[in-house]
Amino acid sequence: MWRLRTYVKPYLATIVTVMALVFLEVMATLKLPDLMSDIVDQGIARGNIPLIWSTGGIMLAVALAGVLCAVAGNFLASRASTRFGRDLRFDIFSKVGKFAPREFNKFGTASLITRTTNDVQQVQQIFHMSMRMAMRAPLMAVGGVLMVVRKDSNLALILLGLIPVIGLVITYVIVKGVPLFKSLQKKLDRLNLVLREQLMGVRVIRAFDRGSREQERFDDSNRDLTETALKVNRLMVTLLPLLGLIVNFTNIVIIWFAARRIDLGAMQVGDLMAFLQYTMQVFMAVMMLSMIFVMLPRASASAERIIEVLDTEVSITDPKEPETIESNLGIVRFEDVTFSYPGAAKPVLSNITFTAHPGQTTAIIGGTGSGKSTILDLIPRFHDPEEGQITLDGVDIRSLTQRELRSRLGYVPQKAVLFSGTVASNIRGGKQDATDEEVMEAARVAQATEFIKERDDGYESYISQGGTNVSGGQKQRLSIARAVVRKPKVYLLDDTFSALDYKTDARLRTDLAKSAENATIIVVAQRVSTIFHADQIIVLDEGKIVGQGTHETLSRDCAVYQEIVASQFGEEAVS
Amino acid sequence: MSKETEKRGPKGGGGGFGPRGIGRPVDKAKDFKGTLKRLARYMGQYRWSLVIVFMATLLSTLFSILSPKILGQATTVLFDGMLSKLEGLPNAGVDLAAIGRILLVLSSVYVLSAIFSYIQQTVMVNVAQKTVYNMRKDINQKLARLPLKYYDTTSHGDTLSRFTNDVDVISQSLQQSVIEMMSSLISIIGVTIMMLTISPILTLLTAGMLPLSAGISAFIASRSQKFFVRQQNILGQLNGHVEETFTGHTIVKAYGLEHEAEEAFKEVNEELYANGWKAQFVSGTIMPLIRFVGNIGYVVIAVVGGVFVTQGTITIGNVQAFMQYSRQFGMPITQLASIANILQSTVAAAERVFELLDEEEEAADAPDAKALHEPKGKIGLHGVSFGYDADKPVLKDLNLDVHPDQLIAIVGPTGAGKTTLVNLLMRFYDVKQGTITFDDHNILDLTRSNLRTMFGMVLQDTWLFEGSIKENIAYGREGASDEEIFEAAKAAHVDHFIRTLPQGYDTVLTEDASSISQGQRQLLTIARAILADPVVLILDEATSSVDTRTERLIQEAMARLMEGRTSFVIAHRLSTILDADQILVMNHGEIIEQGTHQELLEQKGFYAELYNSQFVAALA
Repeated sequence: MWRLRTYVKPYLATIVTVMALVFLEVMATLKLPDLMSDIVDQGIARGNIPLIWSTGGIMLAVALAGVLCAVAGNFLASRASTRFGRDLRFDIFSKVGKFAPREFNKFGTASLITRTTNDVQQVQQIFHMSMRMAMRAPLMAVGGVLMVVRKDSNLALILLGLIPVIGLVITYVIVKGVPLFKSLQKKLDRLNLVLREQLMGVRVIRAFDRGSREQERFDDSNRDLTETALKVNRLMVTLLPLLGLIVNFTNIVIIWFAARRIDLGAMQVGDLMAFLQYTMQVFMAVMMLSMIFVMLPRASASAERIIEVLDTEVSITDPKEPETIESNLGIVRFEDVTFSYPGAAKPVLSNITFTAHPGQTTAIIGGTGSGKSTILDLIPRFHDPEEGQITLDGVDIRSLTQRELRSRLGYVPQKAVLFSGTVASNIRGGKQDATDEEVMEAARVAQATEFIKERDDGYESYISQGGTNVSGGQKQRLSIARAVVRKPKVYLLDDTFSALDYKTDARLRTDLAKSAENATIIVVAQRVSTIFHADQIIVLDEGKIVGQGTHETLSRDCAVYQEIVASQFGEEAVS
Repeated sequence: MSKETEKRGPKGGGGGFGPRGIGRPVDKAKDFKGTLKRLARYMGQYRWSLVIVFMATLLSTLFSILSPKILGQATTVLFDGMLSKLEGLPNAGVDLAAIGRILLVLSSVYVLSAIFSYIQQTVMVNVAQKTVYNMRKDINQKLARLPLKYYDTTSHGDTLSRFTNDVDVISQSLQQSVIEMMSSLISIIGVTIMMLTISPILTLLTAGMLPLSAGISAFIASRSQKFFVRQQNILGQLNGHVEETFTGHTIVKAYGLEHEAEEAFKEVNEELYANGWKAQFVSGTIMPLIRFVGNIGYVVIAVVGGVFVTQGTITIGNVQAFMQYSRQFGMPITQLASIANILQSTVAAAERVFELLDEEEEAADAPDAKALHEPKGKIGLHGVSFGYDADKPVLKDLNLDVHPDQLIAIVGPTGAGKTTLVNLLMRFYDVKQGTITFDDHNILDLTRSNLRTMFGMVLQDTWLFEGSIKENIAYGREGASDEEIFEAAKAAHVDHFIRTLPQGYDTVLTEDASSISQGQRQLLTIARAILADPVVLILDEATSSVDTRTERLIQEAMARLMEGRTSFVIAHRLSTILDADQILVMNHGEIIEQGTHQELLEQKGFYAELYNSQFVAALA
């Protein structure tokens, strides 16, 4: 948690001010019983009514001062903590933006989202609370004890004894409770998992007539959860009556001893009344503090998770002195490239060497796990090879800035990704300043014009988050248009045409070939039928190139290629 | 299948430590009264426990109301003693024996109050937990009785949210709010009486403070609610933006859109800050202000009560007691306000749960439903028409006779039609017009469980649950031996792969089973179907996300599975189609042509066109 101190630093002055305000507020709160004891001992006991009235006036003023301090402190703390949250959130978001897929996948999308949103919220919350409550509690405890000592130092001992007793009880409950709460959460997750599986698998469950087994599985989880919940709650409900009892008995002890001291004339009744109120306030303060201790483990877990993101080293960085590409041709060359994913026993690509030339289509084919998509991902430097190098127009891509390198590429992933916005804004993702004509031309090449026109608002039609309001094929075409609009030197197409029907596929190919006349096209394919006409086909098997040539030569010479062709021909999809 | 969003929206958490519920937007029930009654009925079996809770709450609250008065007596005795000393009376001093007696009584009152409070809480915890236990159980059993129609038309997120969030709300509020509500009501009445017995004038003054604190709470609550609603919306926007940027991470990088994404984030983030601190501030102001009003009351009582004491109309101990009462009086009133909100959202949650429990169930098996013990696999469809919506028929007057061991290929573009047939055969949906027979028995006359065990199903959407590979395969048949499981895996060409895994057959598949590929998952489900050894098979051949080698393994496994069984295959391969005894051609959810490959080609209809355009083109 300490690691986040840099984010707290700008607010040091605020924190000090808030602390001062809280201190004043506490002093005001503590002053009230003191003044009241004056009313009792000086006013009532002596029948001095004007003193009662004037002391009452002072009490009102003190109470008002207290509330003003509280509101002002809350104002400052609210602003500081939300600003702290804002900055932290932005830095995480920005850091994740710099992640290469390696770091990104280490966390996973869902986890990163939680870290950016909920976890920040947690930490922000505890920051706010510690500023106000965490300060308040010790100040109140110390102030209360001081006030009591002033009144009667012997009796103060009783109050001092109370604090550790309450502390012990609360610690006991926390120590017992926290693990129970954790296991409760796990069991709840487990139960939800069981239910989710039942929802997703309802057809299979019914088909195999295994409803009763699922019922049992659910009942087991449900019972398990309920047992733990009962344990946790029974523990928690013991706490309050017990603490109440402790405090009340402390009061009784105080009264008993105070009675003897009053009898001796060493103490006054007003003091006793104030004393009892201090006991209550100290007790409340300690309770509040314990609330923070309950929240602390959660917040500290959140902080850990945030720090983990912030401290992750980005594996792909720009060179200190980047080179630039003089010529602008788009020749992509792999030279003896070997690459393995982190933690993998075997490299996913071994000794890959090939050149993709402008004006030509290079197709990559092979089974899943053969490393096809990985080849494509190496070109925009989503990963860096372990051995060998990749060059663009003769320059090692690692000596270019990522921005410069990627500005020359048109990457279309297997799974089309759209962003919320309009059709046009999505196409413009490829080129921010594209003119309307360029956008329309890109849409035409991607065979998207027809369905865009069918939509009510044409290019200004709304695309919902994740593109859920367009079909898979339409998404893919918009994703292609995004690449086309930037007129890249190199096209990287990852099995892009899989969701298109045969006719559209063919037209797109023809139009793309015309539009990208001088560009290098590298395409990863599943279906053999889509790559017949490629100028160069690279056949991958288990990360190695096992064939390289045209459809004709490979059909003749390459066993793996023949196998792929045989498995697909005559058995091509009907639907 | 994509993961469902389970949350009904980002949970509140914007901060604010005001009294629970105040200032937060509240969810409202459609039929508050009816649902409340029903919830009460639902808990009816615990009525004796609830009576105990009520009695315990009553006693515990009464004792705690009594204690300030007794404490006050002690103070009065002390004060009198002190006064007597001040006045220098003979034998002046505190009556310690009286104090001792009072403290003894006070101790027992404290102990009794604590005991009853413990009883009330413990019993309520039991009631609350058992109620939600039953509620979860009821929901689960209900889900098992619901027709497939419910699953197909309701999002999983919605069902899960009722199961998790709504049940959670109910459990929380049963555990806390019920007791709070009872004790608040008792306190208000009890404290008012006590205050009145001490001093009607002071009571009137204290009551005068009420509109002030109520007004302040209401004013701030309405403002803070506005901020919280806005905060909720902005938070939703922010989450959305983060989610889509992170989901499209590679595209953002590939197109150098990091800067744009950051700018957009900054904007929403800034807005969240601008609104967030206000929400935090306003809600955090409620408590200090209420405390302030409480302090004003405190001062008023101290001053006015003090004056009364000097006049001898009231004892000092009673003033002290009154101060405590005035606090006890204000608290339950603020509490009641927040409880009202909690009650509303609880009833709204209960209403959603009851809605689920009220969904129309699948008709039960007829009492005289039969079970076939030696099924052959002869299937007939006679004049079957069906539609999910009454006005949109999906199948029209369908007739089909399938003899045992025949292969039926279903062909056609993607659409509801192909799965509809499966739905009807397995009685996931019941036919409304026409009849379907299995070995010449109307399937409506068979028990569902008997009918379904005669079918085996391998769909593209593979379903595996969290458990070991062995358990997942064994799902096909209850009580299968290890040997049988291994045999099935071998037949499905997946045995070798499983054995290469570090834990072999005991490898636990995680929820999304990312440890194994889509193709391997499919092989596992085939092994499961092989183990089940069904009479009739329903297969979906689509293997789009599978590489060619695995695809071949799957094909072989499927071919083996089909041997000697009646098979319905959603066909994607020409070889299957050529081998089929009958081909059903579906388009726009209707069977438009029916016959063998040769017959259909001769018809020169849709099938012929499909065949020519796609296969021939692909081969060209």
